[in-house]
Amino acid sequence: MELATDILISFFLVLAGIFGLVGSFGLVKLKDTMQRLHAPTKATTLGVGGVLIASMLYFLLVKGSLSFHELLITLFLFLTAPISAHFIAKTFVQARIKESDLPPTGREYGWSIHDDPPLVDDDRKPDE
Amino acid sequence: MITYALYFAFGCFGLGLLFNLWRIATGPENADRILALDTMVINIIALLILYGIWQGTTVYYEASMLVAMVGFVSTVAYCRFVLRGDIIE
Repeated sequence: MELATDILISFFLVLAGIFGLVGSFGLVKLKDTMQRLHAPTKATTLGVGGVLIASMLYFLLVKGSLSFHELLITLFLFLTAPISAHFIAKTFVQARIKESDLPPTGREYGWSIHDDPPLVDDDRKPDE
Repeated sequence: MITYALYFAFGCFGLGLLFNLWRIATGPENADRILALDTMVINIIALLILYGIWQGTTVYYEASMLVAMVGFVSTVAYCRFVLRGDIIE
């Protein structure tokens, strides 16, 4: 039983290490900024998730105490990773892609990085 | 066995930090540097939790929670600054 516990925790630790390494290696290896955005936002987040699962299992099965802090951290990271990826992509699009190269949005308002936001129904004027 | 797996994970995330440093030093775009800094924060959270397992203490969860929050806020602030030239409009 103890051996099975050890194998389970070690499996999650090794899996997490491989995922984290692949994510950071992709940041170095991939050619383009938009390609590089893929590796860290997905693989590294999964790697941290693996570490947190291993830590939870370790403290539950070896130390005999259950804690929910890991779940909180996992939830926070999985919520914030897409948001920061979206912001980084916006930064890149604004810096390097011309407005004429962007596809049409198909709506009344254009891309939010180039156009002012639509006016809400109040007395505010758009910034000049 | 857990000790060796811990050493392996420490090595992986440490090597990952070096890769991120390389991308911060050479990254041609601002977006690359922001991305590398964000990845560094995530790798450091993983290292903190691994250190917590190694020491057998749960103290480092609070530390990693704080690092996660500060990392997210700093990424968004840096992006806002590059995007709009101001953080809070």
